Formats: sequence, structure tokens, C-alpha cells
Amino acid sequence: MAHKSSRRLRSPTTEAPAARYTLMALAFLFLTLFLLLPLVAVFIEAFRKGTAEFLAAFGDPDTLAAIRLTLLVAVIAVPLNLVFGVAAAWAIAKFEFKGKAFLTTLIDLPFSVSPVISGLVYVLLFGAGSVLGPWLKSHGIEILFAVPGIVLATIFVTFPFVARELIPLMQEQGTGDEEAALSLGASGWQTFWYVTLPNIKWGLLYGVLLCNARAMGEFGAVSVVSGHIRGLTNTMPLHVEILYNEYNFVAAFAVASLLAALALVTLIVKTALELHYGAEIAAGRKH
Amino acid sequence: MDVSVKNLRKEFDRYPALHDVSLDIRSGELIALLGPSGSGKTTLLRLIAGLEQPTLGSIHFGDEDASHKTVQERNIGFVFQHYALFRHMTVADNIAFGLTVRPRGERPPKAEIRRRVSELLEMVQLSGLEKRYPNQLSGGQRQRVALARAMAIEPRVLLLDEPFGALDAKVRKELRRWLREFHDRTGHTTVFVTHDQEEALELADRVVVMSQGKIEQVGSSDDVYDRPNSPFVFSFIGDSASVPVSIVDGSVRFRGDEIGVAAPEGDIVSGEATLFFRPQDVAVVTDPSAPALEGRVVTSRRLAGTRIADLDIGGADDPLHVEIEVPLDAQAANGTSIRFRPLRFKLFAK
Amino acid sequence: MTTTAAASGRWRLRQPSVIPGFGLTLGFSLAYLTLIILIPLAGLVWRSASLSGAEFLGILSDPRTVNALKVSFGTAFIAAIVNVVFGVIVAWVIVRYEFPGRRIVDAVVDLPFALPTAVAGIALAALYAPNGWIGQILNVVGIKAAFNPTGIVIALVFIGLPFVVRTVQPVMEEIDSEIEEAAATLGANRFQTVFRVLLPGLAPAILTGFALAFARGVGEYGSVIFIAGNIPYVSEIAPLLIVIRLEEFSYGAATAIATIMLALSFAMLLVINLIQAWSRRRYGHGA
Repeated sequence: MAHKSSRRLRSPTTEAPAARYTLMALAFLFLTLFLLLPLVAVFIEAFRKGTAEFLAAFGDPDTLAAIRLTLLVAVIAVPLNLVFGVAAAWAIAKFEFKGKAFLTTLIDLPFSVSPVISGLVYVLLFGAGSVLGPWLKSHGIEILFAVPGIVLATIFVTFPFVARELIPLMQEQGTGDEEAALSLGASGWQTFWYVTLPNIKWGLLYGVLLCNARAMGEFGAVSVVSGHIRGLTNTMPLHVEILYNEYNFVAAFAVASLLAALALVTLIVKTALELHYGAEIAAGRKH
Repeated sequence: MDVSVKNLRKEFDRYPALHDVSLDIRSGELIALLGPSGSGKTTLLRLIAGLEQPTLGSIHFGDEDASHKTVQERNIGFVFQHYALFRHMTVADNIAFGLTVRPRGERPPKAEIRRRVSELLEMVQLSGLEKRYPNQLSGGQRQRVALARAMAIEPRVLLLDEPFGALDAKVRKELRRWLREFHDRTGHTTVFVTHDQEEALELADRVVVMSQGKIEQVGSSDDVYDRPNSPFVFSFIGDSASVPVSIVDGSVRFRGDEIGVAAPEGDIVSGEATLFFRPQDVAVVTDPSAPALEGRVVTSRRLAGTRIADLDIGGADDPLHVEIEVPLDAQAANGTSIRFRPLRFKLFAK
Repeated sequence: MTTTAAASGRWRLRQPSVIPGFGLTLGFSLAYLTLIILIPLAGLVWRSASLSGAEFLGILSDPRTVNALKVSFGTAFIAAIVNVVFGVIVAWVIVRYEFPGRRIVDAVVDLPFALPTAVAGIALAALYAPNGWIGQILNVVGIKAAFNPTGIVIALVFIGLPFVVRTVQPVMEEIDSEIEEAAATLGANRFQTVFRVLLPGLAPAILTGFALAFARGVGEYGSVIFIAGNIPYVSEIAPLLIVIRLEEFSYGAATAIATIMLALSFAMLLVINLIQAWSRRRYGHGA
């Protein structure tokens, strides 16, 4: 008669439990040491001397100026890159044209350029030794070591985020929906607003989120063009550096904790988006 | 190598995929597991391979109880539905894989492996493609590489999961004939899974018809086609019509009327039953006084050398459609009435 | 569409389509791309071309420059290797194993993308400095993990991890379990299946992830400078040297170093594209 299998055989597509637990332990240990602990450290260091000290950091007018500047830069840079991202994705995903692959590569370019170089190119363009420098100076236009330079450098480094989320997504969606809308008499703008945009909204939000996180947190590029003038051209990350170098650790970590909180919110919203609208942004993850 | 499966039961998350299945496969046989999707045929194949473990029951290879052997130890050749070729390896490396992963003591020397690979390639008629990658082959070629790879380890049993499922119709037919010849040449005990009855009937020595985790019938092509032993097998294999009937003293009646059909001796004497017959096994009855089934032609269509008529034998209030074959010269205009009688049929008690 | 283009027999920029907005979106994208990315980068190249060969060689043979480049490339290489090993393990654990909190672990991997580099920098410095939580423990066993090249590697491991995980993960998810079962039926044990079948299949993705992490590591600035100690000839990275040269108004020197780094970035982009093209041609899928 039938008998119960006494020796449980492992499925051929998994590892032995010992190997499985070892790999999991290695992964968790690594992630804890390199990713989680630094995050935790930011908050612990910020509150090391109590809540009062933590809050005091935000009484400093220079800190408040840095927060304002960071917000201002993001408010300018993110919408510009959003418009660019949508336009570029529309051209690349909805049409076949010569040089498309090359254009796609160019859009990714800022990702492979060191942030310091992203700042440097603007110094070379607008600085004292450049062609434009003396002309700008004689007309009293300040770009370098002023807000416009910071905005430009930020746009440079956050340039690809929205576009590279949208391009694969819109390519996967094809042109069928748009062709249907147009055949039903919709105008180009109507087609975009009522057909395309609802299809890409979550992918778009996702891209904007990443773009914003980077815009507020950019350090290297902004550092090169800012001139580090306290209260005027210091963004939050630059202010963190200054406070840290002055051994004002609590204040440095207090400002850093705001940026870390922003990063956490970004990650949480991102995870929630993936959880609920996974399919609608899935194409964007396959890069 | 004989393979026997005894009282096999397999549950996935408490949901039974196989109930108490027993089957004896004789050495050198070519067996088809045939059934609709969800019938448990692939599960049975994977249990024989050792890719799944049974909840209850045992599997024997010859005299040896293989139930507790791992898939690696069972030494079976398995050809996957989508071939599962290693795409980063050349054709030659794919075929040699089973030999190169053997422990050092049992591994043949390199030259011997090379010789075996070229032998196998010749056997599957792919000589000269050693250096190709799977991606550079056609579907039919991949299928044969998968077969050569499985044969390389000199398996005791060859198991194929929907071997022709991913191929187009023409290649499928060619490969089917080729596999039959291959089997006759090598004489391996072979089990393949298919949902295509034509494939099963043409290729297999014996067909195992499965439904809902159970074996319905095991037999030759003639057995399962001509002597189906259950309503499922009758309706699953070939075209068929079924009519609910009642039997009174050995005479078969449809809605109370005699239809000129008698229940065979030793069969059901009285009670409710279902009458099964095939479209071609009917005779048109011209004598209006003779008892017969009568139906109105709903549509008819020409099919190669015959004409198939779709009849409504139930009437407007309670329509019941059956399809029968009628002579090409018979009157079969839509709306006309045709009287017929099944010549060969089977009755299954309700 | 292709046939019409061919039949008309003349060169056209794009294949015909009923979808509107090609000129507008492509025009805007190109203009924006040119203004923000191409002109500034061209400025760098032009500036670099205006340096004479002797000047260029002079700057690049300066021992401090040579050492900075060596430090940047060397530490980025080691960090990328570390990330390949642990990135593959982390991706494997996330893709293959079911455990509570799997989503959280998956989200945590993106932390380096979201956390501003300066914040990561001061947090890592606080942790791995000789008096930090981890630094103290390492100190006991005689390992100095900050203010030397080891510190740089730690920061670059943090920065580079998601590049490897996010490149390998989607390819790993698409491995058909039939492949592993096939290896098992052919007699391969689990170890052989993983190392001879699965990992070689992932090789293009792993190489791409390595190249991305390496390129990012060479250019990284914000997270490194706090933990590196920035000792010239020892733990001074090339991007920092660019910043220092800029502060000294030695634009030529800054440009020369930047040009070398940029050339590497492009070489990396090229390598990545070659890997993908090769992998597509041979295996029929990208990395």
C-alpha cells in the first residue's frame, strides 16, 4: 500500500537550508553595516545631545537660508527636467527616427559624469577665464557663485531622471492608444492630457520623486559652483559640510537628518508606488 | 527499464493534483500521457523524474524503489517544454554538460566526451552545429539538442514534457515522425506528455488518458478510440455526440420514443443513461415508419470527402445539438429533417 | 512603414506617423540637451584642447595627480569587486527567498540612490572613524577603516551597491526554473547548477553592474571626502584634486584631470554598450 515518504527530498531549485541561511545572514549583515547603520547614525548623532540642541540647529538663520535655497533650487530644476523628460520620452517612444539610440545615450550622459565635473563645466563656461566671463561681469550678471549657477548644476545632474523612467514605460505602451484617440477626433494636446498622461502618471511621479531627491541632495556639482557663501549660496548639503568641518556635529547631523528624512520619504513613496502600481512603472525598472 | 508507479498522490498546498494513480510502464515502451490542462499529466511526469516529491505512494525503476532518490540520482533524461537549453553554452557544451558535472572518478576523459557529443549530434542530425549557441538555432533544432543532451547521460528512462508544444504545425509533424523512428532505433523507455490527441494516438504504443488528477483509461490508440471506457474518454478523444436516453427492457428511448437501438446484451437493462456515438458511425434512415432519431438541420458544412450536419434533435422548446456525418448526396439543406440511427455506440449509466 | 520609407527611396529623418508633436518635442529636447549638457561639456573639451600637449602631460605626470588618479581608480575597482560579490548575494536573497520584511530589504537597497552623498559621507565617517561604533571594534583587531584608502572603499561600496543589485536583479528574476531543473536532471548538484549554469548566464548583467559601480565610484565626491582623510598622495581622490585646483584658480590642471576622468566615463559607457550588444547577439537578451 501507499506509504508516507520518510526522507524529505529538497526541491532541485533551492539551496540546502544551511546555504540559504548563510547567504541571508551575509546579505543582512552587509546591508546593515553599509546601508542601515549609516542611516540610523544620522538620527542618533542628531539627537545625541537631546531634542533642544537638535531644534536649536534650526534657529540659526544660515541654516534656514540653506533650507530655503535648497527648496528654491528644487522648485526650479525639477519642473524644467519634468517638461524635458516628458518631451524627450514622447519623441523617443512614439517615433522612429535616425539617431534615436544616440540621443538616448546622450540623455544618460550626466549619470556617467562625476558631479565635480558637472560643476566644473559651468565654471569653465561662466568663470573669470572663460569667453563669457568678462562679458557677464561687465553686464553685472552673476551666474557662478550665485543662485543661477547652483540651479544650472542641479539641472545638469538631475537631467536624466524623469526621461529615463518614462522612455521604457512609454515604449512598452506603444502608440495604439494615441492613434485610437486621434482617430476619434482628439487633438494632439487632448490626446496627451486624456490618454497618454493617465497612462504614465505613476511612472512620472516616480521619476519626479527621484529627480527631486537628487536635486535637494546634490553636493559635488553644487559645491564647485556655489562659492560657499553662508546665508546666500549654501544649500543644505553644503551647509552640512560647513557645520561638520566646524566640528558642530549636532547641527551638521540635525540638518543631515532632514535630508535623510526626505530620502526615507522618497523610498517609502517609491516602494508604495511599486507595490500598488508595479505593472504601470515596471518598464522603468528594467533599465 | 520498467517503470511502475504505485498509488501516487500529490497535493500542492492541500489541493490534490493527483489522486491515487498507479501505472506500469514496460521496458522499451513509448507512452503518452494525454489529458486537458490541469489533468495532472505533467505532475505525474515530474514525479517520475523526481522534480517533485509525492505526498503518498511510490515509484519503482525496475525492482528498485526510486521514491527516495533525488532527481540527480534517478538518472533520467528529461526534455523540457521550452527546451531549457543553457544559453551561454554552445550546443556541444550543452550536450556534454551531464558528463562534465560527474564526479572526477566517473567522468569520462575529455576526448571521450567529445566523441560522445559528436555521436549524439549525428544521431539527432545536427552535425556541424557544435559551436552554435541555442539562440542561433531554430525551434526544431533546439528541441533535438535538448534531446541529445538528455540522451548523453544514458538515462534509464526518457521523459518529455509537451515535446512539440512550442513548434509550428509543420515542424511538429516532421519531428513527431522523427521521434518515433528515434525511439525505435534506441529502444528507450519513453514517456511523453501531450494535450494533443492526434500526437498521442499517432506516436504512442499506449496512451494514458488523464482527467482531474486520475487515470481514466490506459490502452492502445485503438483501445482508447474504439473502446473508450468512460464518458470523459469518449468525448475527449475524437469527435462525438452524446444524447441523454432512458432504457426500458433493453430498448433505448429518447424522450420516451424508441430510436431503433437496443442496449447490448449484458449492458444496462433499464434506467437513465447517456448514449455516445461518433459522427461517422451513423446510418441515415429513409423509411419514415422505422424508429430513429430525428433532427432538423441547423447548418451543414463540407469537410474534405464528407458532409457534417449539425442537427437539432430536441426541438424548439429544448434544443439538443448533435453532429453527424451524412452522405454527400443526402438532402441536408438547412431546415430539412434528417432521420438517423447510431450504428456503433456506447451507453454509460447516469 | 518601413516599406513605404524604402519605396519612396529617399532619406528621411523619421518614419511617417499620425502622432503629432514630433517637431515640438524633439526640438525642445535637443535644444535643452544642447544648452544644459552639450555646450558645457563641449566647453570642457575645448578648454582641454587649448592646453598644449606639454602642459597636459606636465599636469598629468605631476605625482600628486598620478596618485589621485591611482587612488580613485584603485579604490573604485576594489569597491566594485566587493559590490559584485555582495550585490549578487543580496539580489539572490531578495529574488529567491521568502522571508518577512523582504520588501523592506528590497527598498533599503535604493538608499544610496536617495540619501544625499554628503549625508552618507558624514554618517559613514561617524561610524567608521576610530572612535565610531564600527571603527572602535575594527580598531581592536588593528584595522583602521577611516581617513585612509580603506575609508574610501567603504564609501564607494555604499554608493555602488544599488548599481549592481538593480542590474542583476531583473535578469535573475527572469531565470526560468526549467533551467535549474534541467541541470539537476543531468546530474548536476546545486553547487554546480549555481556556478556553472546560473551565474555564467548572469555574467553580462554582472559585468554591466560592475562597470556602472566602477564608473560611479571613480567620479564620486560627496560621500568620500569626509571619510577619506584627504591626505595628498595617499587618500586624495581625483575629484577632490579638481576642486582643490579650482580653488587655486589652476583651471588648466582641473580641466586636464577632468578630461582624463571624462574619457574614462565614455570608455565605460562604450564597454557597457558593447557588453549588452554582445550579450544580445550571442544569448538573445540584453544584460
